[in-house]
Amino acid sequence: MGGSLNANHLMFLGHGALWTIGLSLIGLLGGGIAGFVIALCRISPSLIVRLLSAGYVQLIQGTPLLVIMFLTYFGLPTLGVTVSPLTAAGASLTIYVGAYLGEIWRGSIESVPKPQWEAAEGLALSRSQRMTKVILPQAIRIATPPTVGFMVQIIKNTSLASVVGFVELARSGQIINNSLFEPFLIYTIIAAIYFALCYPISRISRRLERRSGPASLSLGTA
Amino acid sequence: MHKTLNSTTPSPVVSLKNVHKSFGTLKVLDGVSFEVDRGEVLVLIGRSGSGKSTALRCIDRFETIDSGEIVVCGHRVSDPKLDLRALRQDVGIVFQSYNLFPHLTIEENITLAPCSVKGMSRTHAKEEARRVLAQVGLEDKLHQYPEQLSGGQQQRAAIARSLAMQPKVMLFDEVTSALDPELTGEVLKVIEALAADGMTMVMVTHEMGFARGIADRVVFMHRGKVHETGLATILTSPATPELAQFVGTGL
Repeated sequence: MGGSLNANHLMFLGHGALWTIGLSLIGLLGGGIAGFVIALCRISPSLIVRLLSAGYVQLIQGTPLLVIMFLTYFGLPTLGVTVSPLTAAGASLTIYVGAYLGEIWRGSIESVPKPQWEAAEGLALSRSQRMTKVILPQAIRIATPPTVGFMVQIIKNTSLASVVGFVELARSGQIINNSLFEPFLIYTIIAAIYFALCYPISRISRRLERRSGPASLSLGTA
Repeated sequence: MHKTLNSTTPSPVVSLKNVHKSFGTLKVLDGVSFEVDRGEVLVLIGRSGSGKSTALRCIDRFETIDSGEIVVCGHRVSDPKLDLRALRQDVGIVFQSYNLFPHLTIEENITLAPCSVKGMSRTHAKEEARRVLAQVGLEDKLHQYPEQLSGGQQQRAAIARSLAMQPKVMLFDEVTSALDPELTGEVLKVIEALAADGMTMVMVTHEMGFARGIADRVVFMHRGKVHETGLATILTSPATPELAQFVGTGL
């Protein structure tokens, strides 16, 4: 109770920051895989697959991440599935990030000029060969700046995992504040750490955007 | 000559019979028929919107038709169950906008399809790339990227890329329309050399002088129909007033 900020507290915050990074990576990896599948589904030749994936994207983009976290952590146990805070947070981020990255990447794939598809078709390449050898290599170049930019959103959104009891950076700040009662100091430190994590990534994204020309996709912000 | 001389190659190489196609309510092909024999150069001419490019694209099934029949190198193109990839191994197409793959070198552009479609070995494909690039006079550009080449060079590289698949017929869709006159010449020379080698070709072009020189047969399209067809001489002595007007303004 009470006391002042000491090395143990800072260690605790550092630990929380590491979990923020870890959770971000889980979100990026899981969401990346989900997003890739969604992007391919969104441009599938099958109408049903396109409709289903478009529905998923609309549904998730129209739902706050906070609510998705509540649903996975508190909702699933009522259906008999108990999940740990880490699993709940990781799964929620995957679901959420997948919807956004899926849209960013769909846009990137579609912005590869149509004649490139035709040229590849004219050379008798199969659909998967056209995709992997002609379209995706060009789409990845287009997708890189907005994807890096979206990582900033992922990092900030991991703070919502605190609502399911997951101790990441924001939650560890809350816990320390509960004993020290120095909200201004502690939350300033927390904000500074988030900024230190996000700012370099924003800079990288900005630089990549300049290098790849004016074509950049606007992001839905969370 | 009562029977086909070579029973393994059903002549003609390309045949369109009474082909109809509409985009919505707009009729672009209204009963188009023509044939291209082995080794023949057929030139399609006509005003913008006359249906000549659509007719060409139908041959490679980039457009589907509403009715009629198209047979190309023995493939029934109008059949919904057509093996598209088999058709496209026999047909090479070159576009107005070159459409080289910008992330690949010229060599990689050329070897991509032979390696992945025909299963050709890397070394063999690279030899092949060298051969076709020599054919279009670009052997020194093997390791450059498309953006490092001029428009004319890019178009020649695109022709080489098609040739590497050893097509039985080549389609050229206004391949010089994006080039200035100086660069047009170098591309036309390459096409002339191909014709001299006996390549079967169908081309849409606005270069009337070139068409006169290279065409074995000319098809003049007007309002979705074959309005006049014949030897290259119809360009200098047209039978219909429409073609007379077209070549009069097109020269």
